[in-house]
Order: sequence, then structure tokens, then C-alpha cells
Amino acid sequence: MKHSTFFWFFLPTGLAMLLFIALPLVSVVLQSVHTPHEAVLVTVENCGPFGCKKETTIDQDATSTLRTAEPLGRFVGLDIYFDRGHLAINEVRDAWATSESWGGFFSKLGNLPFYRAMAFTLTFTFTVTPLLIAFGLMIALGVNALSERVKGLVIFVSLLPMIVTPLIGSLILFWMIDSRGILGNAIQWLAADPDLSLKASTGLTWVMLIVYGVWHSAPFAFVVFYAGLQTLPMDQIESARIDGANRWEQVRYVIIPHLMPLITFVALIQLMDNFRVFEPIVGFNAEAHATSLSWIIFNDLGGETRQLSAAATTSMLTIFGVAILLTPVLWRTWQDFKGKS
Amino acid sequence: MYLKKMALTSAVAIMASTAAHACNISARVSVVGNEFPAIQTVGKGAQACSGADVSTNLTADHQKINVAGMSGNPAEYTSAIIANSSIVALMNNDVIRPLDDLVAKHGGDLKKNQLITIDGKVMAVAFMANAQHLVYREDVLKKIGMEPPKTYEEMLAAADKIRKAGIMENPVGGAYKAGWNLAQEFNNMFLGYGGSHFKDGSAQPNVNSAAGVNALNMMKSLSAYMNPDFLTHDSNATNAEFRAGNVAIMNMWGSRAATLVDVDGVSDEVKDGMNIAGPMTVGGGNVPASTLWWDGWTVAKNVSNAEAEATFIAMMNGIDPSILKDEDIRKQAVWLIDGYAPTDAARGVFAAAQANTIPYPMLPYMGLLHTALGAELSDFMQGKESAEQALADVEAAYIAAAKEKGFL
Repeated sequence: MKHSTFFWFFLPTGLAMLLFIALPLVSVVLQSVHTPHEAVLVTVENCGPFGCKKETTIDQDATSTLRTAEPLGRFVGLDIYFDRGHLAINEVRDAWATSESWGGFFSKLGNLPFYRAMAFTLTFTFTVTPLLIAFGLMIALGVNALSERVKGLVIFVSLLPMIVTPLIGSLILFWMIDSRGILGNAIQWLAADPDLSLKASTGLTWVMLIVYGVWHSAPFAFVVFYAGLQTLPMDQIESARIDGANRWEQVRYVIIPHLMPLITFVALIQLMDNFRVFEPIVGFNAEAHATSLSWIIFNDLGGETRQLSAAATTSMLTIFGVAILLTPVLWRTWQDFKGKS
Repeated sequence: MYLKKMALTSAVAIMASTAAHACNISARVSVVGNEFPAIQTVGKGAQACSGADVSTNLTADHQKINVAGMSGNPAEYTSAIIANSSIVALMNNDVIRPLDDLVAKHGGDLKKNQLITIDGKVMAVAFMANAQHLVYREDVLKKIGMEPPKTYEEMLAAADKIRKAGIMENPVGGAYKAGWNLAQEFNNMFLGYGGSHFKDGSAQPNVNSAAGVNALNMMKSLSAYMNPDFLTHDSNATNAEFRAGNVAIMNMWGSRAATLVDVDGVSDEVKDGMNIAGPMTVGGGNVPASTLWWDGWTVAKNVSNAEAEATFIAMMNGIDPSILKDEDIRKQAVWLIDGYAPTDAARGVFAAAQANTIPYPMLPYMGLLHTALGAELSDFMQGKESAEQALADVEAAYIAAAKEKGFL
């Protein structure tokens, strides 16, 4: 392609990417290295229905002078990245110096918001992603073997979990697993323990979130794999059969290698998605047991005093996290690509 | 029931039409606020104005959107309905305007104690008072032969008796949902034990103290008599438990208690048995373990003067003394509006005010401490760490946030 053709062809996409990807990123980076100015506080008399009281408030005139002088706020470099709410460098060093065992160190680490969130996020990502790929493949193989008449209906039904809005889906499940709900009650009956509560136990809450994650995302893997199965080379399957391969061996040695690029694709997308797990935590009211980086951002922005710099820093850490997570997969794809060409 | 509804609708219709007579505005009004019954009433009153568009966005998530919605110029919301905690965020961001001139021009009916003045300038108009106080089942307490508890220690004793008598498994209710609610229950208990959130006159936290540890231990004792899912129960879920007859004693908001059993499907037993009393004290203290609140409305800074005036007129119509003619509206809240005579439902909040309950601190950095409490206390409530450790975590989380916002 001629350079000028390429340029004009790419220009609209490039502009959109600049506007919607690059600029917001720059703004988040800037926000994460700046904090609001030192508040100028004054003591004033406030009056209301319950009488008058001397209270501290922000001196708006003095603060607005500071703001006009430096509209971005104070430049603090990487201070926010290293504070207790994020990488907590000092706290981690202390924990390392004062703990006798690995267990003690990890329990101290789990007390810091960032590492606590990472513990759940990574567990979630690395259990949900393989499970949903396995389930997606099983459903796709099952549906593919059905007769044409019922296929359409079964495909529609299998897609339902993905169609339900995540927040709504998790809310419905949240009510069902309540200790007075149908699933919660059933589990109490099965375990013969009337005090058992899914919502009160950290371990069970994690299991519930993971089950929800698989339930919600398996249909995505299913659709992709099902599409891939339509391009299956029938002659290869046939020759495998003639060689005496049973159903499992056909799947293992013909179908999975054929679907491998799609499996990589699903793994990539789902690693990214699961790393940003958010809606189920809100929907299940699970923040006492499980948090994620996205939930921390939500919490920073949702308090009565919004912490924009903290939220921006956590956003940057999320981007780094996704990048690190995807490196091995991308590296392999790159190697395959180089090998082929 | 049907007749009552008919009467109510026609009363509202008549009221709306008379209000529409009185209220004429000429510019856009847009209101954001919380969603409990009394605020719904004020919102409807503002919408009764004619001449220009009045829209309301009343949601429990109001404080997540009000600052953002008022920061632009022109602001999306011309008014935010707030309480003494949430006005701080609007003050910190300088998005609301002084109302002195509008009060002088249109504020005829306002009483002096409705005007929230900060450094001598009127920044908000309060229309109701609120507090958390005891809500209980009189029939259940009679069965175990106890008076309504006056202290949290008595509450524990009553809970134990109810459980032992086999009446209810988890008789105590509490909005202990991790986050804002849990932090608020801590604030109540902490003030009840005589604690103060900050070291005198500074932004340095002061919760890791004897009062803090006592407060947490009391909350832990209470939670043993609560539904095991208590860390997911906000005030709506707690009320649902009460309505279902699963809870006999709880600390509940006055603004929600009054209309608690006025929904379909509540058994007569719960309806007839429900009663309210003043807030409880704790640990032998004489200050109730509760906080006093007002709810009021503000006018945005970044709107034209015409819009500000229209907003003021519409909101004044929302809190017009004539709304108190309706019996159902009268009991929705402890109104600060002229001509309000306390109903039976108001005595919890009145008792709170008379017992010198401390108002929720109106400090620029209180919101950050509240957020830190909400995030860090749940580990203690689950028995994963000691009270001292939880409170040390709260202070550390708060200090990191306060440094970022420039308060320390």
C-alpha cells in the first residue's frame, strides 16, 4: 500500500484512538502524579437547627488563588503510587522486617488494600479463565452434536447468562443465596447447618463470585468455539476415526489444535475482563470479603470526598497489571507469528 | 385501604393544584437528592411549580453524582438536597452559592433555625431533622417482661432473653453493611463512649483510643444477635427484616422508622407491635450513641441568577407549610417547617435532640475518615483481626487519604 493511501485510510481511526484512548490516558497519568493543594483551613461559626458551633472549614478565597496559580494541583511525583492505599512501599518493608514467617508476612500484606484486592483479583482471574474455557468448549461440543431442529433454541438458552446485565444477574443470585433465599436455604439443608451463611464467609463468598464469573462468561467462550467448530476439517476427523481414535482422542488431537488460535483469543479477552472484575462485587455486596482494583477506584470516587488522584493511580496500576498479565500470551503469539513467516 | 389511597391521591391532587397556583417560575430547575419519603415529598412540591421545567433525580447514590453534576458551568443540577455530612463535599468544592439575598426576597416563611449559616452566610435551607433511635416490638418485649432498652447493655440483655425464649433467632437489627453504614454505626457508638474523631482543632485522627475499642467490642457483641449476613444489610435490608418479623429491636433512622410498617404485606402482629423510643446510651455515658442530622437544600453556584431564583422559589414551594395539612406527609419526618406539630412518629428524633445528641461533625475531612472506617472495620467484625489493629488500619488509611487531599 502506498504511504499516502495508508495515511488517509488510517486517519479517521487514528484520530479516534488519539481522542478516546491516548488523551484520556495522558489525563489519568497527569492526575496520578498531582494532588489537590494543601487545604487552607479556617475556623468559622456555623449555625443550624441544633445551635451554633465553631467548626473548621476550607477558606475558598485562599484556595481558589492557589488553584488559579497552579490549576493541576501539587506535583507529587510517585508519592501516591507508593502510599498505603496503593503499593504501600513502607508498610511492605515493615511487614517484611517484622514478620518471622511467610504466613505472617502475607497476613500483614493482606491488610493493605492494594494487596488484598490483588489476592482476590488474581485468584478470580486464574480460576475463572481456565474454567470458562473448559465449560465453553464442552457446551460448544455438546451443542454441535445436537440435531439441527433443537440447535437454535439450545444456543439461545446457553447465551442467556451473557445477555443478562452483570449487575442484575449478580443481584438475582445475591437474593437467591441469601440465608432465607432458595439456594441459601438448600445449602443449609444439604450441609445440615442452619447457621451456614454464604454471605458471611469469606471462602464461600469467593467461591460464589467465581461460580458467578464462570456462569456469566462461559457463553462467550461457547459462541466463539461453536463458530470455530463450523470450520472443522471433516477429512481429518474422518481419517482419525479410521485410525481408530475414540471421541476423546479426536477432541484432544484434532479439534483442540484446530481451535487453538480461538482459545488464545478467548484467554486474552477473558484475562483482561476478569482482571477488572467489578460488577459481581457490587451486586453481591461482597466488599467485606473480596475487593478488586476496579472496586477500589469505585470506592475512591464514591465517598463523600472524592479522591481523584488515588483513583487515577489505581487506574494506572490496573493498566500495568493487565499489561503484565497479557505479556506471556502476547509473547507466544508473536513467536508463532515469527515462526510462520 | 382502597378508600384511603383514593383520599390520599385526591388530597395530593388538590394540594398540587393549589401549590401550582402559588408557584410560578421562569427558568430551569433541576434537583438531585436522596430518596427517602420526606425528600420525595419536597421533590413533588418543587415539581408542582409551573412556567418552566422542574426535574428531579432522587437516588440513594446522590452523593456520588452531586458534586460532579454541579461542577460544570452551567451546572446540570441547580439544587442539591443534602444533609450535614454531604454539604461538606459541596463546600469543599465550592459549588454552592450563599442564599442571603434570595432568603431576603423570597424566604418569607423560613424560621431562623432553618437557615444553615457558615461563617455568617446562609448556605442551605434545612427542612427536617433526623437521628437514629430505637425501634422495637412492644409485644415481643412484653413477652419477655422487659421495658424498652435505654442502654445498649439492656439491648443485649433483651436480645439474649428473646433468643433463649425461642421467640426469634436473631432479634437485633442493624444497618451494618460494610462501607458507609458500618462506619456510621461506629460513629454512633464511638460518640456514645465519649470519643471525638479528631485531635483538638486538627485533622489528626483520634479513633484508635479506648472509646474506639469499646465501641467496636459493643458492635461485635450486638452482631452476635444479628442475621449472620449483617455485613451486607443496609437500612433497607434491616427494615425488611423488621417487617418480616425477624427482628425485635434495632437502631433505625427516624426518617425511615415513621413509615416503616406502611407497606403491603406486613403482618398485623408487626404493625401493631412496632413502637419507637429515643436513642440508647452506652457504657454508662449520658450522651446518646447516635448523631443528629438535618436535611436541607442548596442552590448551585454555577447557574444563572434567573435559574438560582427559580430554584429557590420552587424549593420553597416544596417545603411550603401547606404540605403539613396532609396527615401522611406530617408523619414522614420531623419537619423544621413553620407550623409543624410533632406526631407520634417524631418522638424518637425529639428525644434524641433533647438528650443532647451530638450533631454529625461538619468538617472538611470527616468524609475521608468515614470512608476509611467503612473500608477497614469489616475485618474486625468478621473476627479476622483485633480492634486495635482495625483502628490502626483506619487511621493509616485516613492519613494516606488526608495527605493526598492536602489536609495533613
